[in-house]
Amino acid sequence: MYTVDDNGYYGKFGGAFIPEMMHKNIEFLKLKYLEIIEAPEFQVHFQSLLRDYVGRPSPLYFSQALSDLYGGKIYLKREDLNHTGSHKINNTIGQILLAKHLGKKRIIAETGAGQHGVATATVCARAGLECIVYMGATDVARQQPNVEKMKFLGAKVIPVTSGNKTLKDATNEAIRDWISNPESTHYIIGSVVGPHPYPDMVSKFQSVISEEIQKQLLEKTGKANPSKVIACVGGGSNAAGAFYHFMDEKEVELIAVEAAGKGVETGESAATTALGNLGVLHGAMTLLMQTEDGQIIEPYSISAGLDYPGIGPLHAHLFDSNRATFVNVTDEEALDAALQLTKIEGIIPALESSHALAALEKIEIGTDEVVVLNLSGRGDKDMETYLNYYKQKAQ
Amino acid sequence: MNRISEAFNKKKKNILSIYFTAGYKGLNKSIEIIKNLEDSGVDIVELGMPFSDPVADGPIIQKSSETALSHGMSVKQLFEELKDLRKQVSIPVLLMGYLNPIIQYGVEEFCKRCSEVGIDGVIIPDLPLDVYERHYESIFENYRITNTLLVTPQTNDIRIKQIDKKSNGFIYVVSSNGTTGDNKAILHNDYFAHIKSLQLKTPTLIGFGIKDNKSFLNACEYANGAIIGSSFVKHIESSCSTKHIKSFVDEIVKS
Ligand SMILES: Cc1ncc(COP(=O)(O)O)c(C=O)c1O
Repeated sequence: MYTVDDNGYYGKFGGAFIPEMMHKNIEFLKLKYLEIIEAPEFQVHFQSLLRDYVGRPSPLYFSQALSDLYGGKIYLKREDLNHTGSHKINNTIGQILLAKHLGKKRIIAETGAGQHGVATATVCARAGLECIVYMGATDVARQQPNVEKMKFLGAKVIPVTSGNKTLKDATNEAIRDWISNPESTHYIIGSVVGPHPYPDMVSKFQSVISEEIQKQLLEKTGKANPSKVIACVGGGSNAAGAFYHFMDEKEVELIAVEAAGKGVETGESAATTALGNLGVLHGAMTLLMQTEDGQIIEPYSISAGLDYPGIGPLHAHLFDSNRATFVNVTDEEALDAALQLTKIEGIIPALESSHALAALEKIEIGTDEVVVLNLSGRGDKDMETYLNYYKQKAQ
Repeated sequence: MNRISEAFNKKKKNILSIYFTAGYKGLNKSIEIIKNLEDSGVDIVELGMPFSDPVADGPIIQKSSETALSHGMSVKQLFEELKDLRKQVSIPVLLMGYLNPIIQYGVEEFCKRCSEVGIDGVIIPDLPLDVYERHYESIFENYRITNTLLVTPQTNDIRIKQIDKKSNGFIYVVSSNGTTGDNKAILHNDYFAHIKSLQLKTPTLIGFGIKDNKSFLNACEYANGAIIGSSFVKHIESSCSTKHIKSFVDEIVKS
């Protein structure tokens, strides 16, 4: 019911609104992706890399401290413990195998927080493929550690200076690159956005998260389904992965957390479902923050991984059909949630994941409820932001 | 018969189509520039509707779109400006732009306004053939707005034939794999010759990277004509006076 249809739609969202210059690559992927990624040899290779290279399964950690504070039994799905520090590696491992299968020599990617860029640079180093990462100039400045990592891994990081100089603009540049280099190049999109089949393909690569949650919960609690799953949404890949096997399980509440930035009313926000409406961007019909004239509004969040002016079409459909509950969290709430987790659990979360953590304040949790929160990444890259914030707050 | 087909009936060779972004030189300038182009001997004009995220465009047109948006250009504003188009201009005029602003305006209302002000057709790079057929074809036909589809070096012959069948104005032959203004675009003669050999029913114009007399005449060997965008947009950066525009066109078409 929540899976993609033959034309690439989730309800009224999705599709492939692409210029003719991308048609051959997208059409080929559309016709072949399932056959390729579901082939037994592909899956064996993919699963073995997830296990031995990424370090999966990632632990499902019961947090007594969070449970004491918010009620219920709160578990953290530790995607922060993956190689390269976030869930993004699950998808890039899958896509690099696909790119090899297609005989591509050159990889391009867009990145916001740099986690997808680092994950892509990592798998390219391993596969021996050329890697170009487009990153908004604003993000290059605020995610320096990841920029250094990408370069050290051999990737070429190209700062993008158009628009707001963030993720949306990096995505435009990556698309232009693919248009200019359709034969040699595979575009590894980092989230569940873009034209069909990307949202479905990336969801499938990330669905390892919910598959593991089910197994681990069954072991730990005797029941495979939690009452709630919480995840942050930039484009929506970690949320898609955490929700995947629960989408048709009615009793599981899906909670998606968007970045409110300085507040949804302030004009500096990235909370798409609160502010957006139907439109077409980057090849998909989805919910977008836009003006009455259809110009895309520059989003804002302190978190580079969440300031995208839209969400993937699957999430737009989950929102539209009321299957998922969307909440939003401000910069400040996220920063406070980060410090809290650090203090009570000794885990420094990524700023993106901190948005999911801050949502715990905003929802009702019954005493017997089992809640799984997807901790999508670790906070090393965000140390400077955290330190600055608390230095300022102390003054 | 609409103005586009008429133009191709009247003149089978060396058709010159010029693109520029509406609002780039300020509001309420579009008709004046189109008029200057017509008076200089240009056959067709493509008027760009600026979009914040123009993925098929290179730096020059991207920047012109940004400037136009900063001047306050919008679809609504553009139609307001074009009210008197047909009192002054007789050559075909197409609107070129991305799908999202058109969807927000309302596709049906958009087509209706196009036909009211005398716009003959549209070019929407991110509206692919299958989506067009499924959702929009009947609306466009109702209002007699032609939809120009693109073919690229990556488009296979079967698909080119499908596009030819669906086309009613001209086919936009993208000169190479790239975005607008891309310099590698010129002199892809094997590809142009191949398109010519297919003997399509629809006239063809070659575009992307055509920028001067040499590249224009080369393209005209293989197609009914060519489209110039970035090079013209760059030219009018300093001025869009009658004289300045005429000197550009004269330089392109001199034989
Ligand atoms: C740790 C982390 N979590 C979440 C996100 C947001 O992406 P998505 O919504 O696709 O999971 C990012 C993006 O960079 C990230 O680095």
